[in-house]
Amino acid sequence: MAGIYLDNNATTRVDDAVVEAMLPLFTQHFGNASSMHAFGGAVGGLIEKARQQVQALLGAAHDTEIVFTASGTESDNTAILSALEAYPKKRTIITSVVEHPAVLSLCDYLENKRGITVHRIPVDSRGNLDIDAYKAALSPDVAIVSFMWANNETGTLFPIEELAKMAKAVGALFHTDAVQAVGKIPMRLADSAIDMLSLSGHKLHAPKGVGALYVKRGTRFRPMLRGGHQERSRRAGTENAPGIVGLGKAAELALQHMADENTRVRALRDKLERAILAAVPNCFVTGNPDVRLPNTANIAFEYIEGEAILLLLNENGIAASSGSACTSGSLEPSHVMRAMGVPYTAAHGATRFSLSRDTTEEEINHVIAVVPGIIERLRALSPYWSKSGADAKGFAPVYS
Amino acid sequence: MWNYTDKVKEHFFNPKNAGALETANAVGEVGSITCGDALKLMMKVNPDTNVIEDARFQTFGCGSAIASSSALTEMIIGKTVDEALVITNRDIAEYLGGLPPEKMHCSVMGAEALRAAIANFKGEEWVDDHEEGELVCKCFGIDAAMIERAVTVNNLTTLEEVTNYTKAGGSCQTCHEKIEEVLEAVLAKQAAKPPEKSPLLPVAGIKPAPAPAPKADAPVAAAPKMTNVQRMQSIMMAIEEIRPQLQRDGGDVELVDIDGKDIYVRLSGACTGCSQSASTMMGVQMKLVEKLGEFVRVKPASMLVGA
Repeated sequence: MAGIYLDNNATTRVDDAVVEAMLPLFTQHFGNASSMHAFGGAVGGLIEKARQQVQALLGAAHDTEIVFTASGTESDNTAILSALEAYPKKRTIITSVVEHPAVLSLCDYLENKRGITVHRIPVDSRGNLDIDAYKAALSPDVAIVSFMWANNETGTLFPIEELAKMAKAVGALFHTDAVQAVGKIPMRLADSAIDMLSLSGHKLHAPKGVGALYVKRGTRFRPMLRGGHQERSRRAGTENAPGIVGLGKAAELALQHMADENTRVRALRDKLERAILAAVPNCFVTGNPDVRLPNTANIAFEYIEGEAILLLLNENGIAASSGSACTSGSLEPSHVMRAMGVPYTAAHGATRFSLSRDTTEEEINHVIAVVPGIIERLRALSPYWSKSGADAKGFAPVYS
Repeated sequence: MWNYTDKVKEHFFNPKNAGALETANAVGEVGSITCGDALKLMMKVNPDTNVIEDARFQTFGCGSAIASSSALTEMIIGKTVDEALVITNRDIAEYLGGLPPEKMHCSVMGAEALRAAIANFKGEEWVDDHEEGELVCKCFGIDAAMIERAVTVNNLTTLEEVTNYTKAGGSCQTCHEKIEEVLEAVLAKQAAKPPEKSPLLPVAGIKPAPAPAPKADAPVAAAPKMTNVQRMQSIMMAIEEIRPQLQRDGGDVELVDIDGKDIYVRLSGACTGCSQSASTMMGVQMKLVEKLGEFVRVKPASMLVGA
């Protein structure tokens, strides 16, 4: 086995068909789409096709609602900054405590440097949004509400449509960071209250360096990048044509694999999770197991530390991810785990396995076979384990 | 992905001396689960020879924390307690062929556990700094003494380095100013006197790093041909070096006037009305005498004629 890749929420393998679709853009259709000649024209047509492919994946009403960007982060920044600029009298943002740094860091900046009021809505122990707190924060001063559709660490889904409707009721724009959700759950933005949505190519088997922002027709918009008429003056800069074509192809493929993702991949994820929970004492699933992405399993192993788990998994050819402090260098366990109130004893050992349509049953079986041994080995080293392990049977953490 | 040396990997994947030691007569426990790493060091010391005959560890932490613990036990077995006392976190890191800067705190944890275990063996009370109340970094429970030790041993000069070595300031960042004060105080001390022995390290006996060479513009010894301007600058510089220590206790000192051999200063903040203010003045005077290489008398500004 070449290596079992279960870190698809970090990035995905570019699909062979995507690479194939992109290749002509480098040496054959290399023109600038803005140019008045055949070289440019061919590229322009390919970009428009990609726009329709992304439109189809999102179930958007119009292809012109898709603005290509360089990343999910750029899309998030564009959406929030656009809303503040388009509604200069509104000086409040609502977001959640578990957002990706692309949103959280920007909000911190806006709060500190521009005096914008930011409401960060908390979540419960399962990662569910505190709807009452959200209601209380809504006001006519809110320029934009930005909630992630699916959490990158736990896969927990927010009730986006309901949240969007509540924002519309007070006249606020509604943006969702759907970087983890796009391609994994069906969407129909044409019938939705969502105004803006961010997505990233490399999370759905397209290459890195390309993303998109959906902007519903009629939404007031101000560009973040100026300097050209590309993307109908919404995002200046010569188009990353190969990336865009790759993203288009990836969107088409994601639509085709949507059923597989929600049946076969989901079943593999569930199998992995059940087997680990059955074989390993003192571990539990974080987030909301009933409302989440089909590909994500985040299991918190108590009394051991995530980086050590990852190093041993890696020795066994398994790639996963951890919200532990040590893997990031941030020294703090993941803000998502902390926001959910996951005890420190478990937050440091939270390990994320994120599958994709490439994942096979054979791979999952191998992971199931080696994980219990790895956990046992690290617990044998842990000063906390001997005490707690003794009464593991009577163990009932507040969180389980 | 961290760039660990082969030695770190070796000690992580095949840790030496892991597990509980039933016969231990010296135990040191440092860290905390909230911090993300914790180490219990157990040693069996021969009470007649003071030789560490066996050592084991149990560690909650990342790869380099486990490797540092394993390395530490290998380094101390067979040594006497006093020989072990001179082992610093830097020695642990060097033993492992180096650690990524962000992971140096793992080696510090090892050195702290060793100090705790030896204190335990000697029957000294190992002050659990983490509950002393005078924490600098509340997020990770790091006090000034630990920062001072890390700065001294590793020749740290920046806030970022202090965070890498001790974790202090790595989370909410509200203590950055305090860390810088501690750092400045240590640096001032290093610049002021040749570090024959560090007064900070009663238990650990950590060997202090060589102090940086005195700056050319900061004369340490007598400088008989100092001009008036040079002399004034030296006095001002010496006062500046003293300030951080006083500020740490909430006080401050400022230079008010220079009149020949009489130097007038004003104590402020917590120094005002402090019972130690007389000895503080004496300390300032000693410092100035040392700096200037001539006798001067430090007087409170209130004694200035016409004040």
